[in-house]
Amino acid sequence: MAADLVSRVKTDPNFIELEAKRGAFGWTIAISMVVIYFAFIFMVAFFKDALSVQVYGVITLAFPLGILVLFSAFVLVGIYVVRANGEFDDLTKKIVEKAR
Amino acid sequence: MRSLLAVIATLFLTVGPAFAEGEGIAATTKQTTNPIAISMFVAFVVITLIITYWAATRTRSASDFYTAGGGISGFQNGLAIAGDYMSAASFLGISALVATNGFDGLIYSIGFLVGWPILVSLMAERLRNLGRFTFADVISYRFAQTPLRLLAACGTLVVVAFYLIAQMVGAGQLIKLLFGIDYIYAEIIVGVLMICYVMFGGMLATTWVQIIKACLLLSGASLMCLLVLIHFNFDILGFFTEAVRVSPKHQAVMNPGGFVANPVETISLGIALMFGTAGLPHILMRFFTVSNAKEARKSIFYATGFVGYFYILTFIIGFGAITLVYTNPDYLDPVTKALKGGANMPAIWLADAVGGSYLQGFIAAVAFATILAVVSGLTLAGASAISHDIYASVLRHGNVDQKTEMQVSKVTTLFIGAAAIGLGIAFETQNVAFMVGLAFAIAASSNFPILLLSVIWPKLTTRGATIGGFVGLLTALTLTILSPAVWVVVLGNKAPVWPYSNPALFSMPLAFVCCWFFSITDSSKRGVIDLDGFDAQYVRSQTGIGAAGASGH
Repeated sequence: MAADLVSRVKTDPNFIELEAKRGAFGWTIAISMVVIYFAFIFMVAFFKDALSVQVYGVITLAFPLGILVLFSAFVLVGIYVVRANGEFDDLTKKIVEKAR
Repeated sequence: MRSLLAVIATLFLTVGPAFAEGEGIAATTKQTTNPIAISMFVAFVVITLIITYWAATRTRSASDFYTAGGGISGFQNGLAIAGDYMSAASFLGISALVATNGFDGLIYSIGFLVGWPILVSLMAERLRNLGRFTFADVISYRFAQTPLRLLAACGTLVVVAFYLIAQMVGAGQLIKLLFGIDYIYAEIIVGVLMICYVMFGGMLATTWVQIIKACLLLSGASLMCLLVLIHFNFDILGFFTEAVRVSPKHQAVMNPGGFVANPVETISLGIALMFGTAGLPHILMRFFTVSNAKEARKSIFYATGFVGYFYILTFIIGFGAITLVYTNPDYLDPVTKALKGGANMPAIWLADAVGGSYLQGFIAAVAFATILAVVSGLTLAGASAISHDIYASVLRHGNVDQKTEMQVSKVTTLFIGAAAIGLGIAFETQNVAFMVGLAFAIAASSNFPILLLSVIWPKLTTRGATIGGFVGLLTALTLTILSPAVWVVVLGNKAPVWPYSNPALFSMPLAFVCCWFFSITDSSKRGVIDLDGFDAQYVRSQTGIGAAGASGH
């Protein structure tokens, strides 16, 4: 890629907006998942008794929490994909057209 | 996710002899031949071979071979990725784990799903925009080609080799058990079919085999769960109450249990599963089979949905087995009271319990199909590393026409297939439980750090990446060999040299530190070129400007 094209794209306000927004959003999603997952693993490791409390008949607190972690992975992917395929792709399109 | 069983076994060998010690698939006896299972499996083979023939007529260039010409849709690719994850071992192994340990089985399922948000939010975009056929295209983008391609090829081949051996050994034992075929013939059948799919049909055939199998597995498992729930009149609480009543563990079956006796081991395994997912070569390769980044992201969304749903099914199947299989003397050995056929059979017997011999035959055939699809994907990833990264990029410096490159990959496929059969036979009686855990640890300690740092950290240089990557790979490998899982269980020594069987907690940070240290202290000429290349790579990785588009062949 030619050096002038690179510097032109890098100074494009749309590009600056895209990298700031997508960067922050992507890291938020990734770090949220790490925090949720390791919070669960640490609970399993150190607060076993709390997770073994029966909340509904024989069903323990571990069940809803475990399913919630599983579900959160799916939801986090979904949230990212919706925003990336809409807002971020629109911005990318503008940048690419301007760079032509 | 294939040979999840192996990961599970690795863990249990270190924290308690609860499962898989001696009564895993290693201790199988030949089952009487099931005609329903065999006819359903033959139907699967005939259909997939017809698809392979069709795919072969459409596979003309290297890009067709590696990426199906970029013409797979997001939904199809999502199913194929899910198929890569849903192996026979994860289907039989997770449900068996739930059946014997209750809630703890879910902890593993969770570990296998949480890597996806990381992959989609940090990697998917950049992979698509920088790469063409393999993830090595991405990590060698601004660096010296030879060392980085070699690193990626080593990372790929080591991961593929361990995965493949674990699969082949598991496959032979499972097929011997389910179909009454001798181990050695089982290996040859699996190996020959896999070579046919990959060599003639390339990524197109491999993807469709994976899609068909994913649909069969999801529908078979769904049907089983439905029948279990019908049995309990959709009374979920009644279902679990019955499980607690009949389980020898009683209420403890609902509690998180002993598997976390050692927090270091647990966290280390968690790291390997979470970050290893983002470094598995055969999964990363699937990103290039769709036409653009939008479809790539969609495919991860679908895959996460399918895999998450599948894990919930295996959870219900496991508890179903507690209530309907372990309570039925027909499925238990009259003398030992252990499950007939070994610890991995709960799902197979549950199919018989709720759906009779037709459903059982169907589920057994699906398990066989699953093995085939999974080993095909692995073989293709291994063949690409040799033909694209080593042959075309390192030996020929990119000066090779697509036709020759494709021929090289076909010959490589043949060799990998033959090696897989040979290794499968050689390792028949070996304990291969540590291999999948090791494959994930290596993916998390070598492929993942380099992939991440090369796109987000401008100061990474050829020297830092190469040293960091190899240090991660070798550390994961060495610590595993010295650990209880290999040093004691496989090699028969009395005491392990290193106490933990899961190395990722140590090897992954070490890889990052080495990348950082050997980059910032790098004052070579090549280092300057590496830093200068970042801006252009950055712009392309964010926007795709300059990329030919993976579908534009």
